[in-house]
Amino acid sequence: MKSITIDKTVKLRVFRKDPKKAAGERYDEFDVPVEEGMSVLDAVNYAVENLDSTIAVRWNCKAARCGSCAAEINSLPRLMCKTRISDLGNVITVGPMRAFPLVRDLVADVSSNFKIDRNIPEFRPRAAGKEPWIMYDADVSRSHEFRLCIECFLCQDVCHVVRDHNAKYFGPRHIVKAASLDMHPLDSADRSVMLTKQGGLGLCNVTKCCQEVCPEHISITDNAIIPEKERAADKMYDPVLMLLDRLKKPNVEKDEKDGHEHQ
Amino acid sequence: MEYDSHECDVLVIGAGGAGMRAALAALEKGCSVILLSKSVLGKAHTVMAEGGIAASVANVDSKDDWKVHLKDTITEGDYLGNWRMAEILAKEAPDAVYELERMGALFDRTEDGRIMQRAFGGHTYRRLCHVGDRTGLELIRTLEDRIIHRNVQVFDETVVTSLAMKNGRVIGAMGFHMRTGMFAAFSAGSVIMATGGLGRIYKITSNSWESTGDGIALAFGAGAELSDMEMVQFHPTGMVWPPAMRGLLVTEGVRGEGGILYNSRNERFMLKYSPKKKELDARDVVARSIYYEIQKGNGTEHGGVYLDIAYKGRDFIMKKLPGMYAQFMEFAGVDITKERMEVAPTVHYFMGGIRVDPDTCATSVKGLYAAGECAGGLHGANRLGGNSLAEILVFGKHAGEHASDYARHAAMQRVGGDAIRKEALRVSRYLSGAKDRVNPYPLVEQLRGNMQDRLGIIRNRDDMERGLDAVKGIRSRLSKVGVAGTMEFNKGLIECITLENMLTLAECMFLSALERKESRGAHTRSDYPKKSRIWKVNITCTGRNNRIALSRRKLTEPPEELAGMIGEEHYD
Repeated sequence: MKSITIDKTVKLRVFRKDPKKAAGERYDEFDVPVEEGMSVLDAVNYAVENLDSTIAVRWNCKAARCGSCAAEINSLPRLMCKTRISDLGNVITVGPMRAFPLVRDLVADVSSNFKIDRNIPEFRPRAAGKEPWIMYDADVSRSHEFRLCIECFLCQDVCHVVRDHNAKYFGPRHIVKAASLDMHPLDSADRSVMLTKQGGLGLCNVTKCCQEVCPEHISITDNAIIPEKERAADKMYDPVLMLLDRLKKPNVEKDEKDGHEHQ
Repeated sequence: MEYDSHECDVLVIGAGGAGMRAALAALEKGCSVILLSKSVLGKAHTVMAEGGIAASVANVDSKDDWKVHLKDTITEGDYLGNWRMAEILAKEAPDAVYELERMGALFDRTEDGRIMQRAFGGHTYRRLCHVGDRTGLELIRTLEDRIIHRNVQVFDETVVTSLAMKNGRVIGAMGFHMRTGMFAAFSAGSVIMATGGLGRIYKITSNSWESTGDGIALAFGAGAELSDMEMVQFHPTGMVWPPAMRGLLVTEGVRGEGGILYNSRNERFMLKYSPKKKELDARDVVARSIYYEIQKGNGTEHGGVYLDIAYKGRDFIMKKLPGMYAQFMEFAGVDITKERMEVAPTVHYFMGGIRVDPDTCATSVKGLYAAGECAGGLHGANRLGGNSLAEILVFGKHAGEHASDYARHAAMQRVGGDAIRKEALRVSRYLSGAKDRVNPYPLVEQLRGNMQDRLGIIRNRDDMERGLDAVKGIRSRLSKVGVAGTMEFNKGLIECITLENMLTLAECMFLSALERKESRGAHTRSDYPKKSRIWKVNITCTGRNNRIALSRRKLTEPPEELAGMIGEEHYD
């Protein structure tokens, strides 16, 4: 990324709102002196520590490893700790992730994600494998990409399907979670049909916004969403299987019921 | 006053690896479990663990076994570690790794498909089971997935401000939920501390926001005995540039995979300090060597030394150390496949902590258990890399099981309304709105600088006495400390609470370090440069009538069979 020369101080505009109070949203401005290598999180913390300690902000590791400080910086979903001031210029606007309910100021309530995760069946090893298990790097590495996810939920934030159909689509993070389990070499479950019927996978129209904002550079759409869609299509729309299914069980509503049982 | 009230058999405070493992163990014992976390679930400092889990599964070096792991742990801990804890760790770590694999963790593999192991400082054999340089993340996600699919009640972003006591027994905890600001009382048959370390008490540290030693201070406040409070691990390699990233960890995996240290004169100085083990000697040895080189004026432009892995080639680095590549590229603009890294020691781990029974993880207070970094004893005077991830799994499980046994036989005592109202008053005094209130942040910065300068890698009496005075000076201003705002998501308020905890710990640390008149492991004194037989004791701290009482506890001797494996300790 190209560095832009910056002044000795930058203007930091911080989103302020308390949803429990009648007052609407506003942006407070702070002058923040710049240190070499400074991140947006450093700037926000400078404001909290020296200028206004009531700014609500969430952060933990300051090393892009925990995913706590996800926010919208100049309207783009990014991690505050990983965004250099020097890449942004003299005026920086920070706000919370808008796809989630607001707690206050920069803090979004991301707890819905844990509820969604509960619907995704956990790792189910194949029965009676000899222990310790034998697996090969080539097979293990397919799942490894998805296990880089730091649960920052920026992909959920940027996803227009999540924003527009919130309750109906699990969202990119959770497809990645399911893929990380489905692509475990010894896992026996298949989550693609569940993701489609219950998780609204079909609503994703592969615009790839999620993988563009992923701070771990996971190819969310290419390597998780599309393969899960394909697998679901194989399972659900294979003409031979559909015919067999119809012959065996004349009740065409069966699939519909199955879907509901998961919930 | 409105507050919410909860009840369970086992209350776990802290949701890193140790806390989550403990919660699962308690659940398996049939107990109801509440898990509290200061941050969002899954963000605990465990995610930052990079190198691996030390376990003698002997997939790479077939000669390895638990006996060698035990020996390494005790000898590199400079014979101050508890032999029984080390024995339990060494024997049970392999099972802990396979158990994690059965839960769904995916380790890197050997060519024949078994779990891969890498070399690490102080380990005789290649012993660390790993997932690239993201082992902690894999560990926590695996446990987290189990937790959310089971019947564990999780309250995240919940701060515990004190333990609830009755007749000398811990009966629960009190605190508040950050998101709503509401106070909460948790009544429990037993309580497990799993709150991690205290790296944030230092200015330059690899630790995340929450590593402020809260659990250790809370236990101390409840009367628990603390041990080895002078033993702070400086990891040899933290980032030094840019300034905003100073202290961020550069994994030992870099040296484990062949990384070489050079000073600014291009000398491979570890050949001089440790001709045999070189870059892979124990952390205290490598950290001191780097410190001496910088002191001698052989440091780099930004006050570090060079660490070179570029000679291994791009493909190797991208496979083995992708996280490090990204970290230097994104934070420093340095391409480690082409250039050398600049590194210097950073505070990384706390060997001391709450004194526990090696078999049960019970503290000296009834009903209170501790596991993980907040518990002391296992690592002695220096921790080996990879032993902490093994520790949180092995002792997290033990703590969960034994706390469950205790809870089953303990009569449930409810945390009373009076107690929670009193606690709410105590905490909300920081929000009193007094005009002459003192901002906590500069005081915390002052304290962190004081620890860095006066309780660093090399210590002496004068510095430490001055340091102790400074701590008392900051404490004298505590009654004036306060912030604006309300109970809701107020990081300033948490800073006030943290400061109070940190001051208690800082005092214990200085007192213990002054008391130990020798150099052993991570505790190096320029005024007492030698190790001494008479100091083969654990220095412990207990709170009595608002004062800190120090005592010396002789280490128990291992049974003959184990003593033979460990070998004789040598003194000059």
